[in-house]
Amino acid sequence: MDINYLEIIGGYGRHGAEEPVRKVSLKMGDIVSIVGPTGSGKTELINDVERFADDNTPSRRRLLIDGKSVPEESVGDPSKNPIALITQHTNFLSDLPVQEFLEIHASIRQAGHTESVIERTLDFANQLTGESIILDSAMTELSGGQTRALLIADAVVIGNSPIILLDEIENAGIHRTKALELLKNYRKIFFFVTHDPRIALLSDFRIVMKGGAMQKIISRNEKEKKIAEGIKKMDDVLSDFRAKIRAGDSLEEDEFERRMKELSYN
Amino acid sequence: MKVLICAGPPTSGKTTVLKQVVKKFKDEGKRLAYIKIDVQFTEEDEVFRKQFDIPTKKVYSGELCPDHCNVMIMGDAIHWAMENNTDILFVETAGLCLRCSPYVESALGMVVLEATSGMNLPKKIGPLLGLADVAIITKIDLVSQAEREVFRANVLKASKVDIIETDALHGINIGRIVKRINDANDISDSLLLKGNPPVGVCTICVGKKEIGWQKHFGVVRPLEGDVFYRGE
Repeated sequence: MDINYLEIIGGYGRHGAEEPVRKVSLKMGDIVSIVGPTGSGKTELINDVERFADDNTPSRRRLLIDGKSVPEESVGDPSKNPIALITQHTNFLSDLPVQEFLEIHASIRQAGHTESVIERTLDFANQLTGESIILDSAMTELSGGQTRALLIADAVVIGNSPIILLDEIENAGIHRTKALELLKNYRKIFFFVTHDPRIALLSDFRIVMKGGAMQKIISRNEKEKKIAEGIKKMDDVLSDFRAKIRAGDSLEEDEFERRMKELSYN
Repeated sequence: MKVLICAGPPTSGKTTVLKQVVKKFKDEGKRLAYIKIDVQFTEEDEVFRKQFDIPTKKVYSGELCPDHCNVMIMGDAIHWAMENNTDILFVETAGLCLRCSPYVESALGMVVLEATSGMNLPKKIGPLLGLADVAIITKIDLVSQAEREVFRANVLKASKVDIIETDALHGINIGRIVKRINDANDISDSLLLKGNPPVGVCTICVGKKEIGWQKHFGVVRPLEGDVFYRGE
């Protein structure tokens, strides 16, 4: 499905009041994040997008693709679905082996050359996990991180969806930075629901949620772009220490001081 | 009058789906009736009567197999609903034994399956799915999109039914189920089961407890070998 742009037409917040943001427009290649406290309606917003809301969900929002609401046929047929949603699920309930699951999914999403697609999916997923995923293991045996990594890889490679919604990718025990790096290679519309400043500042703009409503839109300006660089460095330092602890190493005071100094001199 | 026969494994969400559907039809001003067939306990009839103010009935199958019971009472039930000037009769079955199917020709057969059940479930439930007109897949909010798609593919592999996925608790896609029921035909005068029930009336069903085929009559089978008839 070729898509040029996508619009969300505002509906109503939790108490029936009109959402302050009446329209969000996104074009191919845009990255947007959705921020706001827990319970503010972030997940509901991406669920509306995933369901091609057409005044038929509690928020009464509408989703338009290239200016039109989406016909019902494409809602029913997964192979025509342009949207992939990666929820906060960190476990599979499917009792199939990984290989069989991916084969079936690939055959629904794209006929032919299943083998290379599965290989690429697994390769993508394994770059995000600590321990590699084995094709023979049952989906239900995968760890939280492996599950999340496989879901992302599946959506991007097998799903090949032009619009990808990621719900709190940071809480999954995967290599988040690596994930962002890999995802940036694909020209798609990305929605990140996030509490993570690094991810939020990676996006072109962010939708601020409150009381179930889209409250305002903040575009990332030059000042924030600069701050984003600093946050990235801080985050890298923290990630390195996290990796050391994960690998079973001890932390050294002089290294800690050196890294902190690097930060303050930059 | 339209008749909807709803079947599916226990806890798959039949009642939740029907509640949402009945609510929509009620809002449209349709005259509805609801009947629930269960083995030994149900209170759904009370719930539907109180919540929607529609005529309801319950049937306990007791010693009868619930799907046999369904065959016995369905004629009377349709007559009862007609007397009440019903537009749509909802029949919710117990959904226990997966060998039979309760669907009747010219009624809409609806099977309710949960997305959280095993991926091979569609292969295991035979005529319950195979003879249904529409399959409702519930609890889609509990699984990933990829799992949803694979489960859907497995349902379609087992039977070419219409599929509607729903998160019934939150009312997602209920409109599509309502539309499917609206599109269904009216019930005809001659009422026939869609599928063949299992052969014979089994002595186990009627209460013989002894283990081993030697203790039973009718169509029996040993561990090794085929079924055969034993009796007069």
